[in-house]
Amino acid sequence: MEIRGDKNLSYQQPDENGHFNEFGGKYVPETLIPAIQELEKCYNVQKNDEAFQQEQKKLQQHYSGRPTPLYFAPRISEDTGYNVYLKREDLNHTGAHKINNALGQILLARRMGKTRIIAETGAGMHGVATATVAAQFGLECIVYMGEEDIRRQKLNVFRMNLLGAEVKPVSSGSKTLKDATNEAIRDWVTNVENTYYLIGSVVGPHPYPMMVRDFQSVIGEETKEQFARIAIPGSQSPIPDFLIACVGGGSNAMGMFYPFLNEKVQLIGVEAAGLGVETEEHAATMTKGEYGVLHGSASYLLQTEDGQVKLPHSVSAGLDYPGVGPEHSYLKSTGRVEYVSATDEEAIMAYQWLSQREGILPALESSHAIAYLKQRDNILQQGDNVIICLSGRGDKDVHTVADYLGNEI
Amino acid sequence: MNRIKHIFQTRSEKVIPFITAGYPSKKDTVNLVLAAEESGAAMVELGMPFSDPLADGPVIQEASQIAINNGVNIAGIIATVKEIRKSSQIPLALMGYINPLLKYGLEEFIQDCSAAGVDGLILPDLPPEEAEEYLTLCKSEDLCPILLVAPNTPGERIQEISKAANVLIYCVSILGITGGKGAAQQELENYLKRVEAYSSCPFVVGFGIKNRADVVRINQMAHGAVIGSAIIEEMRKKKNSVAVMKSYISKITKGNH
Ligand SMILES: Cc1ncc(COP(=O)(O)O)c(C=O)c1O
Repeated sequence: MEIRGDKNLSYQQPDENGHFNEFGGKYVPETLIPAIQELEKCYNVQKNDEAFQQEQKKLQQHYSGRPTPLYFAPRISEDTGYNVYLKREDLNHTGAHKINNALGQILLARRMGKTRIIAETGAGMHGVATATVAAQFGLECIVYMGEEDIRRQKLNVFRMNLLGAEVKPVSSGSKTLKDATNEAIRDWVTNVENTYYLIGSVVGPHPYPMMVRDFQSVIGEETKEQFARIAIPGSQSPIPDFLIACVGGGSNAMGMFYPFLNEKVQLIGVEAAGLGVETEEHAATMTKGEYGVLHGSASYLLQTEDGQVKLPHSVSAGLDYPGVGPEHSYLKSTGRVEYVSATDEEAIMAYQWLSQREGILPALESSHAIAYLKQRDNILQQGDNVIICLSGRGDKDVHTVADYLGNEI
Repeated sequence: MNRIKHIFQTRSEKVIPFITAGYPSKKDTVNLVLAAEESGAAMVELGMPFSDPLADGPVIQEASQIAINNGVNIAGIIATVKEIRKSSQIPLALMGYINPLLKYGLEEFIQDCSAAGVDGLILPDLPPEEAEEYLTLCKSEDLCPILLVAPNTPGERIQEISKAANVLIYCVSILGITGGKGAAQQELENYLKRVEAYSSCPFVVGFGIKNRADVVRINQMAHGAVIGSAIIEEMRKKKNSVAVMKSYISKITKGNH
């Protein structure tokens, strides 16, 4: 495969209207236009503001525990013949990369004078991250969550309650992340004057995909610096050969990839293949989707012949989404990132493998990225330096895994 | 002449019912439109159901899902319009979300609408920022792009939107989704005065409109009232949806036809 990264090309996306070529944009009801314009304006000012950056940095360090380690995983390296490094986003406060974004956005919400925070959540990790930062700043917090996800992520629902957030069950459609997002947007339309919508991934109308990517880029920036420091002596390049991340909406992947887009490194996004991409039960948007508009932006989308959104399936609630961030669609269209998929079964096996061989319980979402190491037709070569974004920890998934394996806890 | 353009040349009390195509069943749609016309409706909005209707409350969400389960799609709706046109010249606007239209092909969709006798389109998730191609296509096919404004839309933007729409704009009465509470009188008055001042074309008002009093009040301040969730809610309670449409619309257009 040709590697498209080129240091001499400077990657500049999206354009000023939030388009990544034909992807992205602002497909929202008129009521939300003033809100996203205000957000965009505020973000463009704050991102270059020293005080904002200082505050964000301080919170990342002292509240969330950054930088997270880049860990060389000796035993799965031994098992596979690759040099596997794990970017330990699971060691963040609240247990996933979601806090990087939540911290950035809550600072914006405060500067915009919003008093009420709403969010959608799938696995509950983004809901927990949002409830956490809202508690920290004393703001009201409402989290929309599909009934199906509430069932499979009970632990996180209780965590959000403990943090003082109200979890509103969503019973429409597939009762998962897509429907929770619809409901959050409806709430936002209704309460736009005092409400900040803290979106959890690189999805939604401009400026969210760009802004969430920027807030998550700390993952890739740290990784770059850490890898250059710990790279095996004598290796030719301080740049890894591969970066691998799971893709739900795509925020941990964008955060990992973005700082490397101009480097000579191969980028691989792993989607959820559910029961298999050849079945109807999957969430492999990039592999099986078609151009469409959902939740405010144009991107690939799982849809029927009539343009209705299909119900996705994944054992992992955080990947169970029929859309994907517009920048991923763009990066697929340019060929810069390769998108592959892993099934429920492969993810469950990877979950157990990492637990047993490295003593790390990965989130089921992240397990999809791990699973790629084991796929026989993957494009990795023996001896390659491979970095995986371990986006979250797996405690929340023990019930799901036990269920899947037929065990009762 | 485009039928919407035609009727908005004269100011009169206008009631515009919204009907989800394919709800409660596919065979009802033509009859519901004809019943609405017979009972005094000035124009009809025909909803094209979408699985994820962001601007709609629970009532229209449910109606949309039922219609989708009934097998309604864009091609079927265009065929329904052709059927209606065999016996009626009531102005018709299709309302829906952009995704099914992109899947159908936007250009083809607009041409087919025009050929079938559709007069206007209302697409709540296509703000002017994303509407360039749509506006050009509408113009070339003589369809009215009925763009939307909201209570928080600034005056200058209302002006731009009305210029782009040219014939008619749709004022969402409240910050919110369909099927909610109506707007408070004073706020609505201030809002519609602002629209009056800035809009270069007539405007209708929708969201939260339920009864004769609402219709009268809205028509004093605007050029028409759209009524949606309230009718569907009535239909949910009774078996004969055509009878519901007749009695509901007759009641709210009383003395007006
Ligand atoms: C641990 C973890 N990883 C990944 C994801 C998927 O989101 P994204 O693709 O935005 O990183 C989630 C979402 O809930 C998550 O909790």
